Amino acid sequence: MKKLTLGKVLAWFFLIFTTVVALFPMYWLFANAFTPITAIPPLTPILVPAFKLDNFERLLVNNKHYLNWMINSLIVGLAVTAWHVFFDTLAGYAFAKKRFPLRNVFFWMILSTMMIPIHVTFIPLYIINRSLGLIDTLWALILPGTANVFGIFLMRQYIQTLPSELEDAARIDGCSELGVFRHVIMPLSMPAVAALAIFTFVRNWNDFLWPVIALNKPQNYTLTVGVANMQGEFLTDWGIIFSGAALAALPMIIFFLIFQKYFLEGVRMGALKG
Amino acid sequence: MRAIRNFIRKYGWAYAFILPSMTTFIVFTLIPVVWAFIISFQKYSLVRGGQWVDPIYANYVTAFTMLNGIFVTAIRNTLFYTVFTVTTNILVGLILASLIQPLSHRWRTFFRAAYYLPAVTSAIIIGMTWAYIFNGQWGFANYLLRLFGFAPLRWLSDPDIALGSVTLSAMLTIPATAVVLYSAAMNGIPNEFYEAAEIDGANALQRWWYITVPLIKSTTLYLVVLYTIASFEVFERIYVMVPSGVANSTQTIVTQIYNNGFKDFDFGVASAQAFVLFVMIATVAVFQFRALQSDVEY
Repeated sequence: MKKLTLGKVLAWFFLIFTTVVALFPMYWLFANAFTPITAIPPLTPILVPAFKLDNFERLLVNNKHYLNWMINSLIVGLAVTAWHVFFDTLAGYAFAKKRFPLRNVFFWMILSTMMIPIHVTFIPLYIINRSLGLIDTLWALILPGTANVFGIFLMRQYIQTLPSELEDAARIDGCSELGVFRHVIMPLSMPAVAALAIFTFVRNWNDFLWPVIALNKPQNYTLTVGVANMQGEFLTDWGIIFSGAALAALPMIIFFLIFQKYFLEGVRMGALKG
Repeated sequence: MRAIRNFIRKYGWAYAFILPSMTTFIVFTLIPVVWAFIISFQKYSLVRGGQWVDPIYANYVTAFTMLNGIFVTAIRNTLFYTVFTVTTNILVGLILASLIQPLSHRWRTFFRAAYYLPAVTSAIIIGMTWAYIFNGQWGFANYLLRLFGFAPLRWLSDPDIALGSVTLSAMLTIPATAVVLYSAAMNGIPNEFYEAAEIDGANALQRWWYITVPLIKSTTLYLVVLYTIASFEVFERIYVMVPSGVANSTQTIVTQIYNNGFKDFDFGVASAQAFVLFVMIATVAVFQFRALQSDVEY
């Protein structure tokens, strides 16, 4: 049996303490959300939830846009993710395996913009989307969302490590270029594609600053924008605010618990921040 | 004619494969970046378009001088937030990764997941949970203060401490990426190093300080840059925790860009400020590049 040293006790104490600190704000949100509160929360904090859904019921009855927000976030997330999964893999494949004039120029262009803060683009994006009549529609989020280049870079790095013999063999067997992509490259790239899909979806689901600029009418909000603005609207009913925030956090938490392995893999590939 | 046909046969597929991505990249990233740079030297109206300002750098002067230099205050606030957040994040990340390293696989997975859970949640919701903790009436922070006999604080409404409260909330958020990347880097250190040091009589703390810490230097550097850039761009946390700005005491660079661009619709000045942010970030990135060139190999 290993002996318990003072160092080990301190280490465990520190680990448990930090875990509690890390999870407490989120836990407290959920504890409040699952305890009926119709006005100001009690001065003695609710630490054990009552496991009642009253707040959630009032949220869905009184806030008629909440489901719209969720659907909007889902549409934007799925549309942008579908784009990146397909076209980033395609472009990553071309950059990784094909030789063509200006290849390095294009790739250098992509790399050099990765460092530029996204905030620089917001004003021209607003002008462009406004002139196209897309402000206050989900297109204003979806179209700029497809311009993120990280996936191209990620897929290029991954596909570069795949052996070229398989493509050559497929070509000799009479596969077309698109066939090589569909039957050889895409299946072999699945681990990277999974990470790309997950973090693209999470990034868009959690995105806030551009959506708050591009969307005006409450029914068009995404979940983050809606929930952030709920605080002003339902100031006297904290139960609604708590349940709204908790319900907005829930999908990503469940998503993370299911796909944990891919998330942490994605972090290692430099995909997620936090 | 034949030359063109040959060119298409040889390279057509490659161009077709990059065409969709390149199109959206050029329209929604490259052109906006170049255009924003132009607008930063213009007075831009949605009706009349852009007109050059005189002198040509006037927006950059206005950016720093408007409203008694509020942008300078915003930069100072951002740097305050950055210094404390990044230092704490790196230290906590390093210590936590080191502490979970010797644990069993199951515990390591558990802690990494626990630390990562808040990181997959939107910054908006994380900010909201901290706003509740720091609520002046019923917040948990004041409950703790009262419990230990202290007077409650106006955490988010007192201009003297509001920025400190927001910064504290970021310091208390576990740096999940740091833990995961440090763990990965530590797994890559060959075991012989530790065995050799153990034979030489180094204790656990010495082995950590003289072997682990130096060998994960490049990860530290990467994380410093990652967290510095993220802190420079802080916005969501501010937006939900201190929406009023608390007498401008919690203005940051991005809240200034947002206010000037999309509340006052002064696109020229907002663009100029966005490029100031860009220069700050580029400086940090160049520093990382230079430092990485002198990196160790093992």
